[in-house]
Amino acid sequence: MKKCLWLCCVILLCVAGPACAAGPIKIGALFAVTGPAAFLGEPEKNTLELLVKEVNAKGGIKGSKIELVSYDTGGDVTKAVQLANKLIKNDRVVAIIGPSTTGETMAVIPIAEKEQVPLISCAAGIKITEPVKRWVFKTPANDHVAAEKILIQAQKRKQKNIALLTVSDSFGASGREQLKQMAGKRGFKIVADEVYSPKDNDMTPQLYKIKAAKPDAIICWGTNPGPALITRNAQQLGLKIPVYQSHGVASKKFIELAGAEASEGTTLPAGKLAVHHLLKKTDPQAKLLREYADAYKKAYGVEASTFGGYAYDGFQLVAGALKKGATTPAQIRDGIEKNGKMVGISGVFTITQADHNGLDLSAFEMVRIQKGDWALLP
Amino acid sequence: MDLLNQITQFVISGLATGAIYALIGLSFAIIFNSTGIINFAQGEFVMLGGVMTIFALNVLKLPLLAAVVAAVLGTTAVGLAFERLAIRPLKNATPLSLIIITIGASILIRGVVMLLWGKDTQVLPPFSGNTPLEIAGATLLPQHLWIFGVTILVIVASRLFFHHTISGKAMRACSFNRKAANLVGISVGRMVLLSFVISSALGSLAGVIIAPLTMTAYDVGVMLGLKGFCAAIMGGMGSGLGTVLGGIILGTLESLGAGLISSGYKDAIAFLILLLILFLRPQGLFKKGETERV
Repeated sequence: MKKCLWLCCVILLCVAGPACAAGPIKIGALFAVTGPAAFLGEPEKNTLELLVKEVNAKGGIKGSKIELVSYDTGGDVTKAVQLANKLIKNDRVVAIIGPSTTGETMAVIPIAEKEQVPLISCAAGIKITEPVKRWVFKTPANDHVAAEKILIQAQKRKQKNIALLTVSDSFGASGREQLKQMAGKRGFKIVADEVYSPKDNDMTPQLYKIKAAKPDAIICWGTNPGPALITRNAQQLGLKIPVYQSHGVASKKFIELAGAEASEGTTLPAGKLAVHHLLKKTDPQAKLLREYADAYKKAYGVEASTFGGYAYDGFQLVAGALKKGATTPAQIRDGIEKNGKMVGISGVFTITQADHNGLDLSAFEMVRIQKGDWALLP
Repeated sequence: MDLLNQITQFVISGLATGAIYALIGLSFAIIFNSTGIINFAQGEFVMLGGVMTIFALNVLKLPLLAAVVAAVLGTTAVGLAFERLAIRPLKNATPLSLIIITIGASILIRGVVMLLWGKDTQVLPPFSGNTPLEIAGATLLPQHLWIFGVTILVIVASRLFFHHTISGKAMRACSFNRKAANLVGISVGRMVLLSFVISSALGSLAGVIIAPLTMTAYDVGVMLGLKGFCAAIMGGMGSGLGTVLGGIILGTLESLGAGLISSGYKDAIAFLILLLILFLRPQGLFKKGETERV
């Protein structure tokens, strides 16, 4: 009987909790902190923890502290779904930031929609926000923005025949599709279309085939280590064809892996964080990027990554709505949609009812690798 | 660019990967022959070789040769510990449960390496420069020559060891008939331990020489291990020339398939070959069928 009473109290407390204005605001986080996508999840989780600490040190938002409930999905779709349910039903969070990958996000979307909790995904897949789903937002720019940037640059350089070399995972498949679609529209001719698998350790056959097709440029789409390996293989074969890489390798790690000599001249779209020290003072993001990069480095001793920026923007979107007085999931959702222009890490967001990502071409800068460092292209 | 040049290039890059598969295949076969189990942690030994060399080079600041030796010794120590702690205590376990133990060990080793050295891909500088060499219209790196050289050396050495030394002959005796070997005074336990030592040393050596070409990370062992396993199957799990040829055929076909047919099917080609061989010649490509006498 006593136990029963105690249970009743707990239940009452749980129900009454959110009603109290002074109680902490619970925000959920689902990141792949371990497993194959850990390179995404780890900086994302670190960034959120850093932000929450910062906000709470300043007294929280509108007098309420923020409480972060963060779970590790391990990059596993099934786990992501279970944990999303747990966040909503047990922890009663007002919004969820994450998951880290497109696959997990697609699996979690139906839950967020059904339970009516805003989900701010940190994955890049275009399917997440297209078509627009009422409760789902995402902070990374769409792949096609990066693809378009590359093609615009190739057009400037008067390159007509292009070769594609893409990785055979979802990132590469999406890039390949976007590139093919847009290349057709912009009058490019695709003379070679090769793929490699994420764990391949020799891409010379593909490159040799590409060499035989005599393209003006190669566009490679993948995440490390594949593209670094390709860059080294290209050097081995003495390929003189200009190479474009995707934003997937826009970190110093790529130059380190591929070697400064082999990667010389490689052109790629980079999130502004990677090149923040090169940006003009007038760039609206310059100050924010510098602050974030410094704070992250100070807290964790490693360089901030673009991926952490996704979580940063996700948190700012939620915080923006909270600052305007939103308290329930529905109010937060409306708040994000009506937030107007917001300067973030991944770009300048203008989220509207019709666009739940809100980033445009300015999210990326085209950079060229010169002597082992980035150089901005005009 | 004529087709012949293209094919030379594919064959050369295929031979290099094939040589690595052959080394890994050999290390599979050595353990199989002395214990009757397939050690699925073999790929992890390969990974350890590369990762430990980088660690010794960058953190301990050893010169390259010392780093390689340290990595091979380190991996051998892991192999030794693995046999002592996980295989030997289970005296009467069935091969199946031992195989499952090796899978567990592979997950454990991968996890520990991930925690110790991080998840990032790391790069090992090439042993002698990065200037491509041109041979018969194809280009290769000095590192390829290292791979060929080391592989040939290892094959010759293992041949000599297994056919001309007492320990080697004793190990072969164990693989033919453990009971009989025991009866003539060969310590089977010691031979099993020795097989783990040799096999982990071989695996790590393969990992070291390929790391400058392909880079390395905590999880590269999985795929390399599987391909090496294919090579061993093609060679009928013998520790001789069959496995070496198996590895080289596999590497070359993969590279030719990727170059001439479609790069998307590269791994599929490897596993298709494995399936075909398992269906048509389960005893291996170069072995005569064995009849079991009851």
